Amino acid sequence: MLAFTLRRAVQAIGVMFAVGIIAFSMFRFAGDPVNQIVSIDTSAAERAIVRKSLGLDDPVPVQFVRYFADAAQFKFGVSYQFRQPVATLLMERMPATLELAICATVFAMVFGILMGVYSALKRDTVLAKLFQAVSLIGISLPTFLIGILLIYLFAVTLGWLPSFGRGEVVKLGWWTTGLLTVSGLKALIMPSITLGLFQMTLIMRLVRAEMLEVLRTDYIRFARARGLTTRAIHFGHALKNTLIPVITVAGLQFGSVIAFSIITETVFQWPGMGLLFVQAVQNVDIPIMAAYLLMVSLIFVTINLVVDILYTVVDPRLRSTVGRAA
Amino acid sequence: MTEPVLSVRDLHVEFASRRGTLRAIDGVSFDIAKGEVLGVVGESGAGKSVTGLAVIGLIDPPGRIAGGEIHLAGLRIDNLPPEEMRRIRGKRIGMIFQDPLTSLNPLYKVGDQIVETIRTHLNLSESAARRRAIDLLAEVGIPAPEKRIDGYPHEFSGGMRQRVVIALAICAEPELIIADEPTTALDVSVQAQIISLIKRLGRDHGTAVMLVTHDMGVIAETSDRVAVMYAGRVAEIGPVQDLVKNPLHPYAKGLMGAIPTLAGEDKRLVQIPGSMPRLSAIPRGCSFNPRCAFAFDRCRVDRPEPLPRGAQSVACHLYDDVPAESVA
Repeated sequence: MLAFTLRRAVQAIGVMFAVGIIAFSMFRFAGDPVNQIVSIDTSAAERAIVRKSLGLDDPVPVQFVRYFADAAQFKFGVSYQFRQPVATLLMERMPATLELAICATVFAMVFGILMGVYSALKRDTVLAKLFQAVSLIGISLPTFLIGILLIYLFAVTLGWLPSFGRGEVVKLGWWTTGLLTVSGLKALIMPSITLGLFQMTLIMRLVRAEMLEVLRTDYIRFARARGLTTRAIHFGHALKNTLIPVITVAGLQFGSVIAFSIITETVFQWPGMGLLFVQAVQNVDIPIMAAYLLMVSLIFVTINLVVDILYTVVDPRLRSTVGRAA
Repeated sequence: MTEPVLSVRDLHVEFASRRGTLRAIDGVSFDIAKGEVLGVVGESGAGKSVTGLAVIGLIDPPGRIAGGEIHLAGLRIDNLPPEEMRRIRGKRIGMIFQDPLTSLNPLYKVGDQIVETIRTHLNLSESAARRRAIDLLAEVGIPAPEKRIDGYPHEFSGGMRQRVVIALAICAEPELIIADEPTTALDVSVQAQIISLIKRLGRDHGTAVMLVTHDMGVIAETSDRVAVMYAGRVAEIGPVQDLVKNPLHPYAKGLMGAIPTLAGEDKRLVQIPGSMPRLSAIPRGCSFNPRCAFAFDRCRVDRPEPLPRGAQSVACHLYDDVPAESVA
């Protein structure tokens, strides 16, 4: 088990190294960084000084090692547009993005699993068919459109919820949270739904399909022949077997939720990392773009690792094969 | 004789399909007494398994029991509400399925599955149920049960898993066990162990056993009586020695002729020509008539009803006491 975890961790470091190369090469191929910093009428001598001070005259491998060593300590350089360390900018905005992503995922999991189980068990009811129809909408409508529709309905027409921003936030050390104020919570509702709707429909369809599959298996038939209660069969035996693929998908999707919060954050002007990234793209602020790439990859890789470990917790068969392989 | 544990009378099971209703079981009747093992044989699709499922009340839509009665120790059970039938399943009727590899939930320890079943049916504490589970595992012949109880199904071999399945089926001391091809998926050597286990359990607890199989050897070894099924009907039923030595129905004769003997001279095994009709195309009259070497006019028109003949009962016009007169 430990060997398995270690092996996966080494693989994860390998992936991060590869991403680091890509992030680094962005600096080299997206134009000369010096030109981004200085103005047009800067003299060549001044440019050389800037170049020297940024270490850009060193050989490429040296620059790369330096960049990677700094990145490993969460030093991503200075943003061209804000003239602030990128790490500080990201840290300031990370709580907003993470809170949004977690709320969206919780929303997606809770409603996705409930609706999925319901529509598998009561396949022929009107409500189950309604869920199926709604899930089709959730899967096919683009995120920004859902966001705009929600804003139109709940913010503009009904005036119940704020159309943009995080509301009032409370500072807990370096972390800022909107979960402790009424306006913060109200501001979370629409972005969470917008961001989580796709995941919710995905999970719902997955749970439904898996559940129907599991209900046909021999061990469910045998559980019925043993006279277990319907409740025990559905929620004890069937649901647990359904959850393995759901954990995978929900875990991997959590990475996408963070990465693709860009759109939701733009629609709701949510002060998170996604919005920062969009501004960085508009201003060719490469240090931020590179750092964002590294951050998102780190999150993906970490989630993959956690999902792999979670598998073995749920499925005993994996536990022993993993043990044997190790 | 006292009241039979299981009494099935004129059972009909139908499956609604797009091309009309298919009759899988068409008027099946039999009894099983306390402590008796009834073997049910027949080709695939003869309705053996469906009969077993009908008895335990697990016929799923589009199938349904369309007629007849099933009595468990005098209580009519074919029309019970689902919740009451659930209480009978596992407690008064135990069932063993064909494939032990897939009968157990892979995510739960075998002990937890046994304890769960025991506590569903008997009012026992967690620790008492666990002790009982260990005793059961010991009884079905699992070595070191106090250790194996915390194992997961994938840590057991096929034969051992079938023993666990049997332990699950008998954990509430049922009056009737339905074993649906319990040895088909196992090695021959393991088959013999499982068969003798089922036989011993039936004897020790006075449990009635309905043993569904297509293996005549298994039947000859275990059963007290045999029912030969063909196309959803019982062709012949009787004590196992009589039926093996002196089968009456031409189909039963064919089946017995297909058992190879060890002491055998190199005699060719008898083969029944043709194959069983599909449910959608059951012939008129006796459903066996197109394959029967003895068929005569009446067999193609009238359906034979089971008639007692000695200890046996056979549904065949050859044994009608009425002469085979010309029919319309």
